[in-house]
Amino acid sequence: MNLWKRFRGSYFLYSFLHDPVAMGSFIVLALLALSAFGAPLIAPHNPYDTTTIDIMDSEIPPVWMDNADAKFLLGTDAQGRDMLSTMLYGMRISLIIGIGATFLQALIGIVLGLVAGYKGGRIDSFLMRMADVQLSFSTLMVAIFLSAIFQAIFGVAAFESMAVPFLVLVIGIAEWPQYARTVRASVLAEKKKEYVEAARVVGLPSARIMWRHILPNTMSPILVLSTVQVAHAIMSEAALSFLGLGMPITKPSLGSLINSGFDYIFSGSWWITMFPGFLLVLLILVINLLGDWVQDVLNPKLYKG
Amino acid sequence: MTHLLDVQDLVVKFRLRSGDLTALNGINFTLNPGERMGLVGESGAGKSVAGFSIINLISKPGFIASGRVLFEGEEISAYPLEQMRDIRGNRISMIFQDPMMTLNPVLTIGTQMVETIMAHNKVSVTHAREIALEKLSKVYISSPGKRLGQYPHELSGGMRQRVVIAISLLTNPSLIIADEPTTALDVTIQAEVMALLLELCRDDNMGLILITHDLGVVSQVTEKIAVMYAGRIVEQGPTEAIVSAPRHPYTQGLIKALPQGGGGGGRLHQIPGMMPNLTSIPPGCAFHPRCEHAMDICRRETPQLFGDGQTPGLVACHLYAQTR
Amino acid sequence: MKAHTTEPLVSITNLVKHFDISGGFLDRISFAGGLPSLTTTTVKAINGVSLDIRQGEILSVVGESGCGKSTLGRTVLGLYPPTSGKIAFRDMRIDNLSAQDMLPYRRRMQMVFQDPYASLNPRMTVRQILEEPTRFHFPDLSTSQVQDKVAEVMRQVGVDPAWAGRFPHEFSGGQRQRISIARALMVDPEFIVADEPISALDVSIQAQILNLIMDCQERFGLTYMFITHDLSVVEHISTRVAVMYLGTLCELADKKNLYGDPQHPYSRALLSAIPRLGTKGFSHIRLKGEVPTPINLPTGCVFHTRCPHVNERCRNEIPKLLGRPNGSQAACHALEEGRI
Repeated sequence: MNLWKRFRGSYFLYSFLHDPVAMGSFIVLALLALSAFGAPLIAPHNPYDTTTIDIMDSEIPPVWMDNADAKFLLGTDAQGRDMLSTMLYGMRISLIIGIGATFLQALIGIVLGLVAGYKGGRIDSFLMRMADVQLSFSTLMVAIFLSAIFQAIFGVAAFESMAVPFLVLVIGIAEWPQYARTVRASVLAEKKKEYVEAARVVGLPSARIMWRHILPNTMSPILVLSTVQVAHAIMSEAALSFLGLGMPITKPSLGSLINSGFDYIFSGSWWITMFPGFLLVLLILVINLLGDWVQDVLNPKLYKG
Repeated sequence: MTHLLDVQDLVVKFRLRSGDLTALNGINFTLNPGERMGLVGESGAGKSVAGFSIINLISKPGFIASGRVLFEGEEISAYPLEQMRDIRGNRISMIFQDPMMTLNPVLTIGTQMVETIMAHNKVSVTHAREIALEKLSKVYISSPGKRLGQYPHELSGGMRQRVVIAISLLTNPSLIIADEPTTALDVTIQAEVMALLLELCRDDNMGLILITHDLGVVSQVTEKIAVMYAGRIVEQGPTEAIVSAPRHPYTQGLIKALPQGGGGGGRLHQIPGMMPNLTSIPPGCAFHPRCEHAMDICRRETPQLFGDGQTPGLVACHLYAQTR
Repeated sequence: MKAHTTEPLVSITNLVKHFDISGGFLDRISFAGGLPSLTTTTVKAINGVSLDIRQGEILSVVGESGCGKSTLGRTVLGLYPPTSGKIAFRDMRIDNLSAQDMLPYRRRMQMVFQDPYASLNPRMTVRQILEEPTRFHFPDLSTSQVQDKVAEVMRQVGVDPAWAGRFPHEFSGGQRQRISIARALMVDPEFIVADEPISALDVSIQAQILNLIMDCQERFGLTYMFITHDLSVVEHISTRVAVMYLGTLCELADKKNLYGDPQHPYSRALLSAIPRLGTKGFSHIRLKGEVPTPINLPTGCVFHTRCPHVNERCRNEIPKLLGRPNGSQAACHALEEGRI
């Protein structure tokens, strides 16, 4: 209750309620997330259930066009799946991978950044050079490389069933240095403050000082970074899937949907690519707008250009 | 004789999301040419706001709500920004606590000084350099020629503050407003900088408003004092009179709270509580919750500054109103 | 064992603390005489300080910024490992102990910091801040015992225990400093290093905190090392005073001796610069030049570049801390030779 009262009186809530862009973005994002995770409940069809899919329904245009079918609001794709349902399920996968990958990045990055920043010296140099090396490979390069190896060893079938954890792992590993650098920078700033010295005077072990004292004070930049990174991870996943290295077409994400429709765009079935494309843009946009707002609120010192 | 500075009923407010906040509540004082005054108070008393509002440097959301500031007979508080800018840094100079507020870290001392001179006077660059050199030697900076080519970060704290003083002298101002000029400096350097400021004011008959919390420094440098509490002046008068025989209970408490020479290590006098927040200034006399002499009237009526004609100086306290 | 007022609680012997600020490998490469070589840059913060802190006294360490007084306090508490020299607590050497062996001493030596805004963790409530050291050092105490202790100590420092659930930012600077003192008191220490505990506070609040510090000394028999640059405060509260300049001890004297009859030329200059209420103008002793950087220390006496009584010996030989006729100790060749 106390926490709720604090939240209600906070500047955080105040600035949120006075920023229409942030509120709008939040409402759109909430709706998107709700419909994505509620897909099994609200989607009119189940795109994973092959028995309900009829190949004869393929490439039906959205309802407001000629030759449409009222059953399929936004038309169907080349395999006869309802576009709306497939997109909702696809967005769910995109969000799961995006959030999962960000969690993994955060976990690796925070631990290594905390240790590097607090311990300093050789450990710091070593970890940060490792981060530099990691950053000099682009995410796509790492993912293409690893998924090629994975598919070669375990076969395409195994890859299809393992695609979600695999993508989480690849995107997570490729981008942890972002977190490590951010956390390290704020640990270096916090470490100099006297409350850390006070904890050392008490004799607390370093692990406890790092987790209990320093980490909670680095949460603001971590939160800001996280919004950016979720958007980034969703885009990376979409890019990989578009290249055919991500989610298989049987369990499509937004990226693989865009890819699958790409072959039909010139035969007139533009909706298979365009609708998931719009949805992806909208999703990334609202996350980024929300991230901008979070950054403004948590870093009031930041110069607002 | 016109006063150098005449501040009349100055009220400064801050516009906040919860409403207007009064930071300065009707300040009155005058300063004669060459006179040195100390504006004393603790943080939150409004002493810096007072200093800034004299030259209309109050930044948003603050604004001057009412009152007038007359400088050499001109009502500068009514001046538009352009005209004000001509007075600021020209006839009135300001020295801040942090020299880096005045100095630009990416320009050499020489560039900054020459720019300042040329902004206010039509002189050649060579002439401007000569003036800069002259002022630097006036503040006892060794090898001033070399300093002109240096950047602020190459100088020590005390040296920087002396350069700032030299810059403030460039345009031969008739008034200097110094906001905690030595708070960030060490004692020996503080003594040097303050002695320098005192000497310069005496030599050129410059007026000085010294804003500080340090009563010791004020008593060394100034001729009169205004003590501020919660946005008002509670006592003002000649420095000796206030330091040796303060009348307002707050001033008394402040002076007794100072650890003074020969102190036998006993308990210090302490004023209970703390300065009220500007959002919650008590009704009546703002000091009454902390005052040991508080009476009924103190809780109801805000005392005004007045003099009794016998003791020099003015005091805003009901204790003395009875004897009026 | 008898508690005696002249018995040292903490002894510092020939303490040296240098900080390596050379930076990374690439920053250290320099080309001297055409050949690449590695240079190390060290800040010589403390250079051979010997000092006893006696049971029950308030020993003030004064000096201007950069004189190493804060480093001295932190090194004594083991926040920085000393470069060389010894630190002993009740005759037990503690500077070379492992973290585990150091724990019992951690409890007995605490610290109060300068900045009341930075010294309390902004994400913890006052209760959490106060409970943590107690639970850590007294794991046998029950929850209710710990809570009682928090309430008791909060009352002792003058903060209403009902506010324990609040966060530091809800308190004023003076109250935060009280909480900071409470945190130190939570583990029943014997020795407290107070690093400029009042310099960030307003005058009327300073008096409150100083009184609290003196009350605690009386009530708990505490010994303080009081680090400050404010010489009028020092005069009020200390038993003895150590004057430092550039990492070196210039003078160590009883308060009365130092203020009545300062020996070292630097102490004299420092004391003459105190702004005094009711004095007009300035009569301070002017020192020439500026404090040299602690990276390149002057040879001989560190004060010789600014001293009015310098001679050849001062430039070459480091003076020793020697007793003076008035009972003070000072490190100065001119005094030793009777030149001043």
